[in-house]
Amino acid sequence: MDRFTALLMGFLSVVLVNNFVFTKFLGMCPYLGVSGRIDRALGMGLAVTFVTAMSGTLTWLVDAYVLTPLHLEIARYICYIVIIAGTVQLVEMYVRKFFPALYDAFGIYLPLISTNCVILGLCLFLDIWGTNNLLEAVVVSTGTGIGFTVAICIMASIREELLLADVPEALKGAPITLITAALLTLAFMGFAGMIK
Amino acid sequence: MSPSNDTTGGPYSAALLSGLWQENPTFRLLIGLCPPLAVTTAVKPALTMGLSVIFVLVCSNLVVSLMRTLLKPHLRIIMFTVTIATFVTICDLFLKAYQPRMSEILGAYVPLIIVNCLIIFRAEARASKSGPLLSILDGIGMGAGFTIALCMLAGVRELLATGHLFDIRVMPKAFVPWLAMQMPVGAFITLGLILGLINVLTRKKES
Repeated sequence: MDRFTALLMGFLSVVLVNNFVFTKFLGMCPYLGVSGRIDRALGMGLAVTFVTAMSGTLTWLVDAYVLTPLHLEIARYICYIVIIAGTVQLVEMYVRKFFPALYDAFGIYLPLISTNCVILGLCLFLDIWGTNNLLEAVVVSTGTGIGFTVAICIMASIREELLLADVPEALKGAPITLITAALLTLAFMGFAGMIK
Repeated sequence: MSPSNDTTGGPYSAALLSGLWQENPTFRLLIGLCPPLAVTTAVKPALTMGLSVIFVLVCSNLVVSLMRTLLKPHLRIIMFTVTIATFVTICDLFLKAYQPRMSEILGAYVPLIIVNCLIIFRAEARASKSGPLLSILDGIGMGAGFTIALCMLAGVRELLATGHLFDIRVMPKAFVPWLAMQMPVGAFITLGLILGLINVLTRKKES
């Protein structure tokens, strides 16, 4: 039971308290670029969730069973990036074969996920936080992706409303998006004391 | 800043200068926004990050430019990222050895240069299409524009959050620090307002 609570806490921590978008500024490009419409934002979020879950787990395994025993830490970044690019390629092939409609909807965004900082950021933070068992790595990786989905969906729904709002001329476009992001961050700071 | 869009100085000076203002990665193109928001709580780490990005950008632009005839379309992105990852590893080890304190402050954001869209974008848009010299100049210009943006943001945030600049006190004693500027909120709001200000200024110049 104790172990289960720890996992749940770890999960909530990456979804709400240490949300990668709000506290670590990772994944800014899709967060500001793809968040125009909520259906696209949700699709992007789900694709990222899948890739973070897969590549977070894979990099943790490679790190723990290959790189650390062989003292190849120096090649860590190159290994990570190759694993991530490989996972994205795999997802792309799978989606194209089995869900062609979804594949068309994603378009260019699918290959671009490999350069999404959330994913590499997660692999690096798994190492920094000292995640030391596989289950924890899987839970945290999935949670990170869900946290990203939550952030990008909230942003997209606000921006859909923002189209109808009377924004000052100078702040139209990117500036108002960033200020909206600032207010959202402020709201999410309310979770800060929830988990130690 | 160069006053107009015409490239009277030939392609070389244009490659060098466009990154400073007309195509400033942070303020105009809005790419690679992670470091400008994450490491700008103070000027020193921002400057370190800017110099690291210049180093990686120039080196990767040079290497990509030299191997541009060998690039295969479907393997392009992975060839770029592996090249970039190599130079980021060099940069990370260098910082760990000679600037351990800075390396600690920047933490995961140094390896995260690998997925900075700015560098991949320049590899794709410039280095894979033009010669080594042009690519190097482009890397220097873009990197400098990025560093200037980082330092501007960091300057505003450090000044308002602590009253210091480069760790030297500049504000009078009576100044009450704005702690919010050090938090993520401060980063978003500063960048948003600077972009708004740029909008106002450029529109005034046009009309």
